Amino acid sequence: MTVASSHLIAPSARRTPRAFSLPVLLVGVAIVALELFVGGSVGEYYLLLAYVILQYLVVATGWNILGGYAGYVNFGTAAFFAVGCYTTIALQKLANVPLPISILAAGVVAGLLGLATGYLTLRLRGVFFSIATLALAVVLQTLIINWSFVGGARGTYVLRPDPIAPFTTYVQYLLVLMTVLAVASVLIAIAVERSWIGMGLAAIRDDELAAEASGVPGLRLKLIATTLCGALMGMAGAPFPYFITYVEPASAFSLAIAVNAIAMPLIGGTATWWGPVVGTVLLGTTQQVLTVTISSAANLLIVGILLVVFVTAAPTGVVGLVRGMRGGRR
Amino acid sequence: MIIQRHVSSSRAPAGSPPVLEAIGVTKRFGGFVALDGVDFSMAPGERVALIGPNGSGKSTFVNCLSGALTPEAGSVRFEGKLVTGMPPWQRARAGLVRSFQIPRPFRRLSVIENIEVPLNFALAEPPPGGNARRALDILESIGLGAKAYGSPKDLSQVELRKLELGRALAANPRLLIADEAMAGLSDSEVDEIVDLLERLNAQGIAIILIEHIMRAVMRFSERIIVLVAGRKIADGLPGEVMRQEEVERAYLGQ
Repeated sequence: MTVASSHLIAPSARRTPRAFSLPVLLVGVAIVALELFVGGSVGEYYLLLAYVILQYLVVATGWNILGGYAGYVNFGTAAFFAVGCYTTIALQKLANVPLPISILAAGVVAGLLGLATGYLTLRLRGVFFSIATLALAVVLQTLIINWSFVGGARGTYVLRPDPIAPFTTYVQYLLVLMTVLAVASVLIAIAVERSWIGMGLAAIRDDELAAEASGVPGLRLKLIATTLCGALMGMAGAPFPYFITYVEPASAFSLAIAVNAIAMPLIGGTATWWGPVVGTVLLGTTQQVLTVTISSAANLLIVGILLVVFVTAAPTGVVGLVRGMRGGRR
Repeated sequence: MIIQRHVSSSRAPAGSPPVLEAIGVTKRFGGFVALDGVDFSMAPGERVALIGPNGSGKSTFVNCLSGALTPEAGSVRFEGKLVTGMPPWQRARAGLVRSFQIPRPFRRLSVIENIEVPLNFALAEPPPGGNARRALDILESIGLGAKAYGSPKDLSQVELRKLELGRALAANPRLLIADEAMAGLSDSEVDEIVDLLERLNAQGIAIILIEHIMRAVMRFSERIIVLVAGRKIADGLPGEVMRQEEVERAYLGQ
């Protein structure tokens, strides 16, 4: 399965932008400052809402590095997310490891899982790769269900520690951590997109055989992509136990995570880093509004409908629509 | 009877080490023997045409030379180095480059980016003047300069074939395997592609031309090898090979 992207190539795309994006970093710093400043005074609901959207931003950005840039559709997002989640639980039960360290550890574990998955499955192409990733999620869920140390099928409670200064609540602390992760993941996606890795992945996405014939080391680049993709998804899942406070396999391996990870980049547009950002903000906000106004069950239904509409009517996503409009005016 | 004659090209005196040497290349698909011990050697800068009826193993041979397939037996050496098990991307970096029978552009990259991919990945060091400059030069040399920033989707068939050759050229090859670069083109378009191949050859690039269009084969090649049912049945000067009875039989029937 390949993911469509815009075929309109603006002449402005010729300016090779630098791999590091200062504006994104500045926006990130500004958001963190805002969260620190007003985070103690707004209702907790808004902080949780922002946390969920940013969590999906990390997941969607990670998914897009493999799914959007390289064209390898990963259905196993929930597996990587849950591995991050259970890394935190295991470390917390073992040695009460502080959360930032758990996040890094989750990145390493999920990244290695990504590398292994990539090595085992990347000889599979298209839909066969997708099915293999889906199987990975099922296998891992079965393993976790039978691992009683981290709660097994019963699940486990995670108590939030007291907030450390300067944070007034633990939720605010979680939100700031997730914001840092989100900014870091977007910066990573930008760096990948604008470097030789991005060009190689784009060539692989369009025609793997021709890419190899042009000197692109296909397997190596795909392994970089699966590792980054896995690591980012794992890190997004690492703070989840403290967010939800009661973790059981069904919530860590939730279908919503896998579906959103695909839907958000597709709706935003998969060719650029800002596609998943736009898609996450649009879809994430819509879902939260619907949860409050209609019902939480309507969530996935709406995601499904939007996904079908975008894939059939606007396969290039919001990014493609915007570029099309700009191109038309010129 | 097999005519075994090595024709030395003007640029490569007889006795110079071959750019490519395949010995006993054998490839099976299940019980079907697609290639049966094919020997083939080629001097630097030589122009060779590989012909044969459909299903004779031409594409399989090309795939074994370029690394898309690994032969069950036999060896392939490129500039003296054994490359039999080497992946395609490493062969491309070494200077053994192929173009595809059906054009396979990177459809969502611009035309110039299509050229920049091999510039980025196949070259040991960036070209003088930078990748963008070199890519434009290549596109201009193949007559696609005006379409550099467009999409490959807007190119005609002949332009796509040129892009395919331009992409191969960007990898700075010493051996180019052009797999049916002209199938389905009009006479004048065939001439354009042959002109282009001759210009590349004049730069010292050895070329293997896989082709059905005999007019192009006879005009371009210094030597012809004929594959029939996975076996090499002839290898020699174009005029001599085409007079051979076996070749005639394979092509025209008895």
